[in-house]
Amino acid sequence: MAEPARAKPKPTPETQHFWDGTAAGELRLQRCDACANVYFPPRPFCPSCASRKVSVFKASGKARLYSYVINHRPAAPGFTPPYAIAVVELDEGPRMMSNILDCPQTPEALVLDMKLEVAFEKLDDKITLPQFRPAKG
Amino acid sequence: MRRNQVAVVGAAETTELGVIPNMSQIQLHADAALNAIADAGLKLSDIDGIATAVETPQQIAHYLGIKPTWVDGTSVGGCSFMLHVRHAAAAIEAGLCKTVLITHAESGKSMIGKLPRSTPPDSLNGQFEQPFGVFGPPSMFPIPVLRYMKTYGITHEQIAMVAVVQREWAAKNPRATMKAPITVEDVLNSKMIAYPFRILQCCLVTDGGGALILTSADRAKDFPNKPVYILGTGESVETPMVSQMETFNSSRAFTTAGPLAFKEAGIAHKDVDHLMIYDAFAHLPLFGLGDLGFMPHEETGKFIAEGNTRPGGKLPLNTNGGGLSYMHSGMYGMYALQESVRQMRGIAPAQVKDARISVCHGVGGMFAASGTIIFTNEK
Repeated sequence: MAEPARAKPKPTPETQHFWDGTAAGELRLQRCDACANVYFPPRPFCPSCASRKVSVFKASGKARLYSYVINHRPAAPGFTPPYAIAVVELDEGPRMMSNILDCPQTPEALVLDMKLEVAFEKLDDKITLPQFRPAKG
Repeated sequence: MRRNQVAVVGAAETTELGVIPNMSQIQLHADAALNAIADAGLKLSDIDGIATAVETPQQIAHYLGIKPTWVDGTSVGGCSFMLHVRHAAAAIEAGLCKTVLITHAESGKSMIGKLPRSTPPDSLNGQFEQPFGVFGPPSMFPIPVLRYMKTYGITHEQIAMVAVVQREWAAKNPRATMKAPITVEDVLNSKMIAYPFRILQCCLVTDGGGALILTSADRAKDFPNKPVYILGTGESVETPMVSQMETFNSSRAFTTAGPLAFKEAGIAHKDVDHLMIYDAFAHLPLFGLGDLGFMPHEETGKFIAEGNTRPGGKLPLNTNGGGLSYMHSGMYGMYALQESVRQMRGIAPAQVKDARISVCHGVGGMFAASGTIIFTNEK
């Protein structure tokens, strides 16, 4: 493949559990043991109450489409335009950026608030990206 | 901060705007700074405070030969200069310095001596946004738009009108990059960049710079040009990741900075004669009108589509043509400030008659930061 690859994340000590999770087919979030706040992106303390007592848990993987653009130009390396860059709202509350698979990348097909479920796209042995697709049923 | 204790006594842009292939970025800073110093009738040795963004204050101080006793390198994106004005006003009032020079310049088009912007793969943006195909501001800044439209019932045509109206202002401005009239149809048929936005809803990419000089109001009357007083100021930051904004229905940085400035100024929205809202993309004036409290968000699209912000309208907005039609070197906040100062001096190409209060609202990053400055020409 001569084509340039998409930007690849490099985990840090604070985010490693998230990337270990996606590699294992799990979407992992964190919950504060003190105030029950669920948050993202990962960090070893609660951004709501500052408690350092936080737990990692497996999220449901269910989400809804919060907003998006369909990028035409310039395209990021490793992407073929037009492609949607989406922000999804997880059932547990936090939002994250992702892409929508198995769905035409059109305004007609990408309807705000549509139900989504997580999918995993393996980039290499260390990195698997969380992606989303329209929920079945 | 107390009202009207500090004034802008020097203001200028680079000699040229647009495509400037014969100057590096640092020289554009110097060109703007020298023009502002001449405008204020000062010497470089009179400057004892310096603020700039992207380029470091030491870089600019050394290049200009300035020996500052007060320094601000706040760099939060395109509204950094609003924050510099706020910080400089506080510093002058506190007696930390007497005369502050704020510079901006960017070789945004010609890319000469421009510092590289990169997102490390182990940063939060590098891990949780870059892998999903974002590539520059046009792929990120419009991400909230569809949610905003759905929540408030805003139409594509209404957002297109932002670009149409600003082109009307630009037509009155000899220094504007784009002056030819456009219609809603032109906007909605222009080249698709990142749906829902097309190229006429995205800012220009140009070279240029600007500089401001601030001093205490009691000294301001001794300068050659009409002083423009700082009536109120506000600032905030939210998040460097657009995906992590608290909501796409509003900007928390806007709703913090804007009301802070209005409260400090002690004015009501009906007192505002002239308004600048940093328009890197066409949705920003809508967010600004709502978040600054001019009207509910539901009414912002209709307000602009009905012509209230166009020449002759009741709330003149982005009267230089804005980032969409005037110029946009990458950090447009300085040009919004320059237009507010021109309007308060009474010398703008599209002068708002008898304008006494100007609100200048800036954004940094993709809703990452915000700064609001309220100016007046009456003490």
